[in-house]
Amino acid sequence: MSPVPHAIMVSPGYTGYDTYRAHGGYALAAALVNSEEDVEGVLKSMEGSGLRGLGGAGFPAGRKWRIVREQPSPRLMAVNIDEGEPGTFKDRTYLERDPHRFLEGLVIAAQVVGIEVCYIYLRGEYHGCRAILETELAKLRADPPCELPTIELRRGAGSYICGEESAMIESIEGKRGEPRMRPPYIAQVGLFGRPTLEHNFETLYWVRDIVERGPEWFSGFGRNGRTGLRSYSVSGRVKLPGVKLAPAGISMQELLDEYCGGMLDGHTLYGYLPGGASGGIMPASHAHVPLDFDTLQPHGTFIGSAAVIVLGHHDKARDAALNMMRFFADESCGQCTPCRVGTAKAAKLMEAPVWDNTTLEDLNIVMTDASICGLGQAAPNPVRCVQKYFPQEIA
Amino acid sequence: MNAPVQLAEVTLQTVEFKLDNQTLIAFEGESILKAAERHGVCIPHLCYKDGLRADGNCRACVVEIKGERTLAPSCCRNVTADMEVQATSERAVKSQKMVLEMLLSDMPDTGYKWNEKDETQQHGKLSDWAARLDVTVRPELKALRREQPKADVSHPAMAVNLDACIQCNRCVRACREEQVNDVIGYALRGAHSEIVFDLHDPMGDSTCVACGECVQACPTGALMPKAQIGSQVVDKKVDSVCPFCGVGCLLTYNVKDNKIVSVDGRDGPANHNRLCVKGRFGFDYAASPQRLTVPLIRKAGVPKDPAALQNLNRNSADWSDVFREATWEEALALGAGKLKTLRDTHGKKSLAGFGSAKGSNEEAYLFQKLVRTGFGSNNVDHCTRLCHASSVAALLEGVGSAAVSNQVNDVEHAGLIFVIGSNPTANHPVAATWMKNAVKKGARIVVADPRGTDISKHAWRSLQFKPDTDVAMLNALIHTVIEEGLTDEAFIRNRVNNFEALRENVKGYSPEAMAPICGIPAQTLREVAREFATAKSAMVLWGMGVSQHVHGTDNARCLIALVSVTGQIGKPGSGLHPLRGQNNVQGASDAGLIPMMYPNYLRVTNKAAHDWFENFWGMPLDDQPGYTVVEIMHKALAPDSDPHKVRGMYIMGENPAMSDPDLNHARHALASLDHLVVQDIFMTETAWLADVVLPATAWPEKTGTVSNTDRMVQLGKQAVTPPGQAKPDLWIIQQVAARMGLNWHYEGEHEGVAAVYEEMRQAMHAAISGITWARLQRESSVTYPCLSENDPGEPIEFIDHFATDDGRVHLVPADIIPANERPDADYPFVLITGRQLEHWHTGSMTRRTKVLDALEPMATASLCGDDLQVLGLAAGDVITVQSRRGQVAIHVRRDDGTPRGAVFMPFAYYEAAANLMTNAALDPFGKIPEFKYCAVAVRAGGELSPVAGYGAGGLN
Repeated sequence: MSPVPHAIMVSPGYTGYDTYRAHGGYALAAALVNSEEDVEGVLKSMEGSGLRGLGGAGFPAGRKWRIVREQPSPRLMAVNIDEGEPGTFKDRTYLERDPHRFLEGLVIAAQVVGIEVCYIYLRGEYHGCRAILETELAKLRADPPCELPTIELRRGAGSYICGEESAMIESIEGKRGEPRMRPPYIAQVGLFGRPTLEHNFETLYWVRDIVERGPEWFSGFGRNGRTGLRSYSVSGRVKLPGVKLAPAGISMQELLDEYCGGMLDGHTLYGYLPGGASGGIMPASHAHVPLDFDTLQPHGTFIGSAAVIVLGHHDKARDAALNMMRFFADESCGQCTPCRVGTAKAAKLMEAPVWDNTTLEDLNIVMTDASICGLGQAAPNPVRCVQKYFPQEIA
Repeated sequence: MNAPVQLAEVTLQTVEFKLDNQTLIAFEGESILKAAERHGVCIPHLCYKDGLRADGNCRACVVEIKGERTLAPSCCRNVTADMEVQATSERAVKSQKMVLEMLLSDMPDTGYKWNEKDETQQHGKLSDWAARLDVTVRPELKALRREQPKADVSHPAMAVNLDACIQCNRCVRACREEQVNDVIGYALRGAHSEIVFDLHDPMGDSTCVACGECVQACPTGALMPKAQIGSQVVDKKVDSVCPFCGVGCLLTYNVKDNKIVSVDGRDGPANHNRLCVKGRFGFDYAASPQRLTVPLIRKAGVPKDPAALQNLNRNSADWSDVFREATWEEALALGAGKLKTLRDTHGKKSLAGFGSAKGSNEEAYLFQKLVRTGFGSNNVDHCTRLCHASSVAALLEGVGSAAVSNQVNDVEHAGLIFVIGSNPTANHPVAATWMKNAVKKGARIVVADPRGTDISKHAWRSLQFKPDTDVAMLNALIHTVIEEGLTDEAFIRNRVNNFEALRENVKGYSPEAMAPICGIPAQTLREVAREFATAKSAMVLWGMGVSQHVHGTDNARCLIALVSVTGQIGKPGSGLHPLRGQNNVQGASDAGLIPMMYPNYLRVTNKAAHDWFENFWGMPLDDQPGYTVVEIMHKALAPDSDPHKVRGMYIMGENPAMSDPDLNHARHALASLDHLVVQDIFMTETAWLADVVLPATAWPEKTGTVSNTDRMVQLGKQAVTPPGQAKPDLWIIQQVAARMGLNWHYEGEHEGVAAVYEEMRQAMHAAISGITWARLQRESSVTYPCLSENDPGEPIEFIDHFATDDGRVHLVPADIIPANERPDADYPFVLITGRQLEHWHTGSMTRRTKVLDALEPMATASLCGDDLQVLGLAAGDVITVQSRRGQVAIHVRRDDGTPRGAVFMPFAYYEAAANLMTNAALDPFGKIPEFKYCAVAVRAGGELSPVAGYGAGGLN
């Protein structure tokens, strides 16, 4: 069972507060806040749906709620709409169309987990989104459907690393955006030292539908043995790029054929990046692999935020990899040696026509093993994929 | 160290874990790195440093932990039960070595901190670990060396060579978290990340206070003392104590070719490796070419002209017009001989001696013994009279002991830290770091000072009260505590005398009534009083701002009353701490260098004490108190008919011609003496008025003990030999004593210092009997009271009783006494004198220090912007400051912390001596002059003194 391709229009007028409420919006949140709805039932729905964090890490959302709920109060929420992963634009797409579906998810999560203050961290470049959120938050506060948590809108300043959950918290606290070391985990010691529920925008976006329609609705989707829905941000050499709400586990080839109108004329599939800059690069020969959490790891890649970038046979994987490594070098926070030095040195080495694979592999090892956060740990993925799947380009 | 508060603090829990397949025991809360180190497994580490928060950024210390996907930094991860760690596995070592190689690949060809054992290893700890792990940089990585930043040598003391920076941010943590100076930051991103000062300013232009904690923290030499770049090989490292303020930081002198080349902070109980700019960079005064190196005798017929002091050129140090060289024998014969003659001719009261709070305990003890037994009176005093005499008077009266109840770093346990009349970031910088650390951990500081100073930016409430209104403000606090029922009734019932009288007295001092007087809103006074009374613990620390008033004793009485009625004394984080100024003002006072007391504060009028010391020293002793510093100056100008007229003086290491109030008067008095013997390391203003000048030793040139503000006896060892014929003070005192007819024998090295100490220990048995000379050799620092060899000393006093006769605190109500000289139409400003961070006391040491002179080369008077505007002045203009007693021309500095209607001047500058203006009016109990308040006029213009400084500057 799949939603219709192109169900998401490219540039609609968005659903404002009145319209959203007129169609039953916030009824669930209000019922929950007014104790007409059972918190435990909501938790069970979330757990039953199998919804996992859609920022990229894929931690089961319901379980996260339970964990934070058990921490001492006051507890805080931090919502990540920094959407900095190259090729990812799903959060923006939804936010620009149906902001209250997200906000209701936030209110529900706050009520279930027992959170008084929520911080929304919005990508600095998303000016339109900010205008929408400011307007709609004002409307929501002016005529609240129920008692609301305090909602703070904070603006990012263009740093990729601030999309990393703990660096984002540092940034919200007014500090240099650097990832924190874990443990302690932010569910225990997070924003301002308090237990913190941190979510990607999209995770909250699905909450209302999952609870209202039941967990089976969400888990009823899926393909190739996987379950759920994914919002793939597809870009590159395809006819119809954009956000594709598709069954989780769909393969590159299926996504291309069924949702993207095939490759652009004059291009044939050469390879693809399944998960933005850090998810690695897959060759065309692997276009049948299900695109989902856990399915790509055996191939040295991962789904991340489902930013699928499609390469054609005029493209070179090494160019994409170098571009990514330069991006990582630019965006490294500069805190830990493996990432700070490793990305800069690797980017230099990758300029050579013939790669020094020995040195690169040594850098790969120390970055993967000894970096503080995912940025450095995943930075070698494009390098390793080129070495593994496209060796002819660098010999 | 602070005493443990709970048993759990001293009972270490342990956990078992596996390291490289061996089962080991770690302490709970111990990092893998430290646990491994204790078991002999050294894991490489660069960003980790003991004393700094572990940050885990360098990743050189990564290890494998079973069950974890990636490696973990062993410095940041605590051992947990059954953890399985691989520190030397192939995988862990691979990353450890790669980190070192990556960092090394960016290093410059020539480094800044060469390893002592192999000078081809030039990047400090990085090279050290690379050598230990056999890491070299492959050419492929060397070829990719980063673009290197330019050197920054704008600071007089430190060089910034960021081409050797490994971005470990130890300097950032040292600056922001340890010293809390908030100057160094980490800017930009990725491989461009860079250490910056303020907003990327050159270090020399930044707000850096040059504590040097960053250079001590830097592992690679990217930040280095300029004098220490390159080879680190020295001839010897000698453990000693900082010679400047009363905090008593332990340090190590690095000596090469009989010269101190640098100083490192040492892990002393008062400083834990920290130092300030004076301690770290103010060491080269001892090697100044202007040191006195030969005994001098005033040339016949050359008059003592106090007026000439104003125009002396100190740079040339040319004393040949006034003095001639002499042999030690001749100088001692004349110096001591004339004193003896005066004594024998005019009686025992005709002589007086000033010892020094800059000397050792042994020197102080021997000096007062010389005066009491050789001169024959109690006319012995020193600069404690000018700093905390009033605090001492109030404390002896109130709690029975003149020393602090709690040590400075006990502020760690304080809920509220009440700092009054003290500018600790400038005058006790390392003590201030403990306060700032406490604030970071949640304590609240209340700063009460007419001047807004740097510590106030860390304060919860700043009470910038009107100068001279201490008693009004403090009584308002006490009033609030009593009126609002916030007293500690049980404490008052069980441990306090005279509470009723206090309660009656403060009835008229409501915050509402006092607000217009002290200038602090009543609501704020009430808020502070409530917080003080209800805090889990509250500690009062004060400085000269409290003591240097005609009502200094009353000010201190109010502080005693405040802690007593709230029960905030006698427990951790609660008590009274008068911050001592000089490195040994505590010790010199303890040793009896004061006119009314024998060693350990036994009054000369106390018959038992008098008899004990007569017996102990085997000499008859005067049973009447002697005169104090300012009184002695008056007695020097007394008419011939006065049987107590002072005619001869022996001054060791003090500079009353700069430090006394009303200098014209003091200098006139010194010049009027029949005979003046001055013993010093420089030709001070006082020495210029002497008949005989004896060249003495600087602190690094001798072995002895000093006692800090925390009641710690601390040992300093001789690091260098004195220049020329300069002699140890202890030797000189003994020579003078011999020529005064005393028969002393102190055998042993360093002029018998151990024997002197042991005698002093007997004289002060009630305080330091447990601190033997041998123990000091072992422990460097021991807190007293300490009554047996196994006694660790008492960091907190008065836990169950006070040192008074009945064991209870004795409250003395205080009423408002106005300053002796109030501003009027002719002299509308208040002059506040004090010190500044870079310069010590009268400047004779620090102004001859290259770095300190380069940082603060010029005398300035501070006014706030509002007053500058009213007077039509701009910062840097020349103004004339004039009181009824004297005047100086001086550059004006804008400091908006200075209150309106006030001028602040440091007294370290001879060319614009603040004490020419100050008032010699005395507190009736402490006999301390009112340095903090006199009336002056300020006008634009004036002629600056033609000479300035000592020419120490000229650093590149």
